[in-house]
Order: sequence, then C-alpha cells, then structure tokens
Amino acid sequence: MELVLAAAIGVLVASGVWLLLRPRTFQVIIGLTLISYAVNLFIFSIGGLRTGADPVLHEVAGDIGQYTDPLPQALVLTAIVIGFATTALFLVVLLASRGLTGNDHVDGEDGTP
Amino acid sequence: MNSALIIAPIVLPLLVAALQLLIGERRRRTVVALSVASCVALVGVAVALLLAASQQGSEAAMTAVYRIGDWPVRFGIVLVLDRLSALMVLLTAVLGLAILPYALAPWRHRGGHFQPLLQFLLMGLNGAFLTGDLFNLFVFFEVLLAASYGLALHGSGARRVSAGLHYIAVNLTASMLFLLGVSLIFGVTGTLNMAALAELIPSVPERTRALLHAGAALLGVAFLIKTAMWPLGFWLPRTYAASTPAVAAMFALMTKVGIYVLLRLSLLLFGDGAGPASSHFGSDWMLWGGIATVVAGIVGMLGARELGKLAGYNVVISAGTLLSAVGLHQPAVTAGALAYLVISTLGIAALFLVAGLLASDGDEETDDTLNLEPYDPGGDDSKGVDSKSDALFAAEDESRVVLSAPVAILGLSFFACAILLAGLPPLSGFLAKFALLAPMLDAPPRVGTLVLFTLIIVAGFCTVIALCRAGIQIFWAEPERPFAQVRVSEITSILILLGLCLLLTVVVEGPLHYLGDTARQIHASASYIHEVLPAAQVSP
Repeated sequence: MELVLAAAIGVLVASGVWLLLRPRTFQVIIGLTLISYAVNLFIFSIGGLRTGADPVLHEVAGDIGQYTDPLPQALVLTAIVIGFATTALFLVVLLASRGLTGNDHVDGEDGTP
Repeated sequence: MNSALIIAPIVLPLLVAALQLLIGERRRRTVVALSVASCVALVGVAVALLLAASQQGSEAAMTAVYRIGDWPVRFGIVLVLDRLSALMVLLTAVLGLAILPYALAPWRHRGGHFQPLLQFLLMGLNGAFLTGDLFNLFVFFEVLLAASYGLALHGSGARRVSAGLHYIAVNLTASMLFLLGVSLIFGVTGTLNMAALAELIPSVPERTRALLHAGAALLGVAFLIKTAMWPLGFWLPRTYAASTPAVAAMFALMTKVGIYVLLRLSLLLFGDGAGPASSHFGSDWMLWGGIATVVAGIVGMLGARELGKLAGYNVVISAGTLLSAVGLHQPAVTAGALAYLVISTLGIAALFLVAGLLASDGDEETDDTLNLEPYDPGGDDSKGVDSKSDALFAAEDESRVVLSAPVAILGLSFFACAILLAGLPPLSGFLAKFALLAPMLDAPPRVGTLVLFTLIIVAGFCTVIALCRAGIQIFWAEPERPFAQVRVSEITSILILLGLCLLLTVVVEGPLHYLGDTARQIHASASYIHEVLPAAQVSP
C-alpha cells in the first residue's frame, strides 16, 4: 500500500508541476489542484498507514498501537478547506484576467496569435 | 497582565472585519469609523503587550503564554508573547493606523471592501507573529495571504489582475511547500508546537534526522519565497508596483513576516542548543542567499524606470540584508537587524505612499506608471548652463515653491525617504544601519560577514544614486504634467510614518536597549522552551 500511495503522490506532483509551468491559466490552476491533492495525500499518510484502524479511542486502557493517528486527519481537513478556498479565489482572478485581457495566457498577452 | 490580552490583536480585527462586511459598503462612514477605532485600539493593545513583555523579567527571557481553549500545551494551540512578537505586533498596528488616512482619500474607493480586507490582513499578521504552533502559523499565513490577494487586486485593471495572478500562483505553490514541510516535521517528531519541537530536536535519532532537515528546508523555502530571496523573488517588484499605494505600503511589512518566522525558527529549532548535527542548519544558505538577494535588488533598483518598482526593489534589498543578518546567528547583529527592520519598513511604506502621490494624476489608466526618463547625463546639462543664468534658475525655483506647496511637501517627504533608505546620517536609517554594521566588525572575521558588510554599504550608495536620479527627474526636470492635488489625509499618512522615523532618531536609547534585550531573548532558545512548556502543568 505504501508503494502505491507513494507512486500516486509522485505522479500527481509530477503532472502538477508540468501543468504549473504551462502558459495557459487553466493549465496552471489544474496543476495547482493536482499538487494540492498530492500534498493532502502526503499529509494523510504521514501518521503511518493502517487499514481498518480507528482514530477514536474507545476504551481508556486500550492499546495505542491499535489506533491510527488522528492528528494528520485533522490537519488534512484544514488543508483541504484552505486549499479549496484559495483555489476558488484563484479561479475568480483567472476569469477576471480572461475578461480584462481577452486571452488566457498567464502574462495577459499571447505571443503566438 | 491579563494573559487574555494576548489574543486581542487577533480577535479584534476579526470581529471588526465581520461587522464591516455585515454593515456593507454603502454606509461607508460607519465602516471607516470602525476601522479607525479598531486600528487605534490595536495600537493601544500592542503598546500594552510591549510594556508587559519588556517588564516581565528585567534581564533575560520571560514569555507570556495564552492557551487557546485552555488545552494543555502539548495538545492545544498556544499563543506566545515575547519581546520579538510584541515588537512585530506593534509595528503592524502602527503601520495599519498610519496608512488608514491615505486609504480614505475618495478616489481610492474603486473596488469595494478595502477596510474589511485590511482588518483581515492585520488579523493574519498578528496571528502569525503571536502563534507558537507550526500548523496554526500556516492557517494565519493563509488568512493574511487571502486578504493580501484581495488587496493586491484592489482597484482592478489589467495590470493589477495580471500581476495578482502571478502573485497568487506563486504563493499557492509556496503554501504547498509549507504544508509538505510541516507534515514532514510532524512525521518525524510527532508535534507541531514550536517549543516542544525545539526540545525534541537534539534527541531525534540519526536515522530520521535527514528527514527532519528536509522538512525544515522545505519550510524554509516556503518562507524564502515570501521573503523574496533572490531566485524566488521575481514576483515581488511587479506585484508591489502594480498594487495601490496604501496596499503596497502595507505589503512592505509582508516580506518581514517571512523574516520574522525564519529568525524565530532558525534560532529556536536550529540554534546552539540543537545538538551538533542540527545547530546552525541552513544559516549559511540564508547568509549567502541574502547576499545574492541584495545584489539582485541593487541591479533591479538601478535599472528601475518606475518609482513603484524602485520602491519594490528597495523591499528586496532590505529583505536580503535582513536575511543575511539572520543567517549570521549573532545576538548583537540580530539586534541591529531588528532596528533596521523597523526603520526600513516604515521608510519603504512612506516611499510607496509618496510614489503613489507623485504618480497619481486622477486618471487611473496613466497613473499607474510614472515612467522615468532614461538616464542621460549629457542631455540637458549644456542647454541649461548655457541658456539660463543662475539668477533665473533661482527665481524659477522660488516661484515654483510658492505656487505649488504640494511639490514642496512631496519633495521633502521624498528626500526624507531617500535619506532613510540609503542610511545617510541625520535620520534614523543611519542609526539602524550603524547598529547593524558595527557588531559585524567585532565578530570573528568570516568571508560572508565581510562580503555582507561591504555589500550593505554599496547598497546604501546605490540607493542614493537611484533615488537621486528619480528625484531629479521628478522634481527638478520640467514636469510634463502638473502634480496632482495632494489631500491633507494623504499627506497625513506620510507625515505619520516619517515622523515616527524622526522620533526614533531622537529617542534612541530606549528602543535600542529593548532591541538588544529582544535579540538576547530569542537567542536563548532554552528559556523559551522552559517558559512555554511548563505552563502545561500549571492550571490557573
């Protein structure tokens, strides 16, 4: 499972960076979104991967090893919310830029008409 | 001091901003009154915090801790007040209050919600300065960035939106690096509390130390992007030049947030107490990166054709200087750097405001760009000397001064900004630079220190050249268009900022003593840990 997750994060980041460096604003925002997915997965996995383990303690005397770390899950929730909001804001700016300049180049001017 | 006062600089702007949003843009008087009240109150609170921080324990470190929700330190989030954070909160509040009158001038009300956004920005800044938890720091960074996105776009227009687009993309990427760094550090140590981290770092097993360093380095890169270190800072001059002057003046503080975090974390986590493997991790990078930044800033400043960009490159130079000074890890240099931080922030903010007034023409499309003429020393000289006598010159000057008082005020302000930023004698810029440079001579000679020492002096010299050139073209060359009317409210902002710098020229001893104590306090990381952590056991 670790290998699959690591590969998924790697592929997401690689595609995200590629898209981030493209000249179209839409590609940039998709790239940013992919990177933020990868980062969220990364945060999620940082507490160690366990299948079927519970983050909430049921019994006080229970073995801590039976549970998964709840803190990364809380962190990833915060990160998702903030990432979502900033992406939405970026989308608005992207549309404003499209409206003001008439094209979707990141610099506002298209070198190749 | 009531420890709940520590959270006031965060809660107050939040509530005011929410209230302003509810009231809406239409009742502008109420909104503005709320803003003014909030900023005045913030200055009051900040002064109270500063006094509290400086009274607690006359000698070394005393820090006040506020536990949010009264959770024990290792589980909950803490706000930590020490001399450094009190100083930064005060600087934020003063700057916020100072730019308010400028932002009230009628023509700047294009695009709404300036006031709530400013309050949110203040909230984010104060939170970032006060928090003692890495993830909470991320949250406050996002708050201040989100507000800054809105403010950078304030006034709209193709140039602003295009610059804002780059700014947002760069900062979103930086936030991702921030998250990666935080989660790596959490994965290695299992805590995000700064004090607990600092306590754990010496005992991190060798096996995972490399991972910890990687996490810290990623975190560092995220802050260096915000600080605009050389290869990472190309977004800054364009964004700052494109935003409205009041906003740019506030942004002069934003690079300092990166400096603040780097200063705090590098001394706390990787100071002398971090064990042989981790102490001074990354400080060489900061030193040489800062030096490269100063060089890049000088080159950019000398080439800038636009007063806004010139001010933007001044931000870069001051950020680079501070970065290198932080990288030196010496208490005396840090104290000087803090003095330089305060003065350069106020000076650059004033320069942005002056630049805005000089460029403003009432006509929004052209006022953004005040293009300076290409530098041509041979061009006008011969004509001027040959055709006009000195007496004629004097008469002309005289008449202009009488006719247009705004030019005199603006010229004086510009002159004061130039002296401050270049660090020339009578004003406080010189004192700050002296406080920064003098301890470098006492330090054991290193190549980096010598290079930095030389470079700071060269940077001051180049600032003189660039600002003289701009000043000559704006004030002495025949203006192509008349200067815009200067409103009292606008000039008030500039006078507040410059007056503060002037005040710091006269009142030196107290502030310098405070900064010396501050530097000693943040260099004693062990006491920070002991102040923050035992608070867990004591219940009020």
